[in-house]
Amino acid sequence: MSQLLQQIINGLSLGSIYALIALGYTMVYGILKLINFAHGEVFMVGAYAGYYAAGTLGINALEASGQAFPIHLALLVLLVAMAVSATLGVTIEFLAYRPVRNAPRLTPLITAIGVSLFLQNAGMLLFSPNPRRYPAILREVRFEFGGVIVTNVKLAIFLVALALMAGLHLLVHKTWTGRAMRALSFNIDAAKLMGIDTNRTIRATFAIGSALAAAGGILFGLDQIMINPLMGVLTGLKAFVAAVLGGIGSIPGAVVGGLLIGLAEQLTAGYLSPDYRDAITFVILILILLVKPEGILGVVRPEKV
Amino acid sequence: MLWLKRCGFSVVVAAAIYGVGFGLEQLLTDYFLRIILLAGINVILAVGLNLINGTTGQFSIGHAGFMAVGAYATAFIGVALAPLFGDTALGRSLTFNLALVAGALLAGLTGLLVGLPSLRLRGDYLAVVTLGFGEIIRISFNNAQFLGAATGYFGNSPAGLPVYTNFFWVYAWAALIVLIVRNLTFSQTGRSLIAIREDEIAAEAMATPTTRLKVTAFAISAATAGIAGGLFAHMQAGIRPEDFRFEKSIDMIVMIIVGGLGSITGAVLGGIFVAVSLELMRDLQQYRLVLYALLLIAIMLLRPQGLLGNRELTALWSRRRPRPTGESA
Repeated sequence: MSQLLQQIINGLSLGSIYALIALGYTMVYGILKLINFAHGEVFMVGAYAGYYAAGTLGINALEASGQAFPIHLALLVLLVAMAVSATLGVTIEFLAYRPVRNAPRLTPLITAIGVSLFLQNAGMLLFSPNPRRYPAILREVRFEFGGVIVTNVKLAIFLVALALMAGLHLLVHKTWTGRAMRALSFNIDAAKLMGIDTNRTIRATFAIGSALAAAGGILFGLDQIMINPLMGVLTGLKAFVAAVLGGIGSIPGAVVGGLLIGLAEQLTAGYLSPDYRDAITFVILILILLVKPEGILGVVRPEKV
Repeated sequence: MLWLKRCGFSVVVAAAIYGVGFGLEQLLTDYFLRIILLAGINVILAVGLNLINGTTGQFSIGHAGFMAVGAYATAFIGVALAPLFGDTALGRSLTFNLALVAGALLAGLTGLLVGLPSLRLRGDYLAVVTLGFGEIIRISFNNAQFLGAATGYFGNSPAGLPVYTNFFWVYAWAALIVLIVRNLTFSQTGRSLIAIREDEIAAEAMATPTTRLKVTAFAISAATAGIAGGLFAHMQAGIRPEDFRFEKSIDMIVMIIVGGLGSITGAVLGGIFVAVSLELMRDLQQYRLVLYALLLIAIMLLRPQGLLGNRELTALWSRRRPRPTGESA
């Protein structure tokens, strides 16, 4: 029983990272109908931005002397990484996706694959292909409740993700930008006719999605300790599956999907074999495509000519 | 007497390939021969991938997985068949080609299994599913003890896999596959595939069985990748899972996009381009994928139809054959 609880706690914290990344996929897909393959790399760049920001703020000296990293600096690291990734996301949109926005579907898809490949390999040249140990911007404290270990890191991951998702919910439902985003995902042409600045709204979507991915990157670094330039490939793919599972285009769907994928992965690793933890995601993807392609919270929209 | 003419034509082509191969093997060093063989294998890969990515407009980005299935299956079955047919020239050819066909069938079957769930839907799911599948296949071979796991498969003998692949077999298979894909593209089925690419809803409204055709095209494409894998396996002493990394799939995509999505001659040129450019960039290994990525983005932004678009080179000197295309994609 305590083992099951332990796996569920680990799964929820991993799942909330997937959910943060999945939000970026689902928001972009909802508006542009584009699988943003480069999103996993935006997540990777966010993790590295946090790594370097923490280094600049002198975390290594603090770690060496055994002191904890101050919490306000940790938040600053998070904000810096989110800003870097948001800038990257907006730049990608401007340089690579906007020129092909009205091209046939395959063109933006191949462009996105190209951007993803470029960032992976540019990352390997810039950051070196070797994995790096992520600095402990939050020093681990363990609590034990009847055999179940909860660390403050796992708790913080869950809480930060929850806070960001709540913020996103408010933004999408209570602000004009959010209303414009919803209008765009409903019907981009009609939204244009209503005087919505589509370019500005799409830019905002990329900025928000990328910032959330960067937060996911830092939390991933905290959780998994090691980062490398190719970390975005598999994690990005899992987050995408999470978005499909929840219903692509649906924001609550991405959260539900992310948590479910995280749980499934942890339970597989715990009860079957750690070798299958990556494979289970694809089994889920195949099953959902066969049984309910619109996802758990997605709506079936008729195809129009 | 059309069939007689066609048989005669095939014999002439086969003899020509044999003659050219014999000549080249006398003239060139092993280094250049290897590049020429790789170019031929790339042609098979590109023409096969183009059938699904270019002609049908469904994007696969994990074809290295099917190549791996074909390579391992051909090598494994070849090892099992070899004692049956003996070590004569005829026996070796029989073993090799039967193993290749078996490898292609297995790769095609895998394609069927991967394609069925993902191709039922419209949209870009195939890209994601094949991306995941390519990695899963590689990880599976990495863990398959009876296939040598991460060290690779080298057959039973200490010398490794027998080197069956030579100029004749590579280019004979390439010619056969180009012919099959060409005939398919210019047939009624091919027109249906193009209709799916141009407008799937309209194609469906015209009673085109879209799912069945997409899955068929995908399975054929996977089978050709399997043949290329088998030829690749028997070019050297062994195959490793590392030979079929994601980069291999990207190489294939570069081949067809450079040549032009939907053009068979374009795919042939693209295959040769990648084989030569890989060799020229040997010293720039770490920059190669950055350059390929920039090349992909640049082509998509500047000339999304690729260099040839969906035109064929042959159209330059023969105007008789109508092009099987509607307005550009």
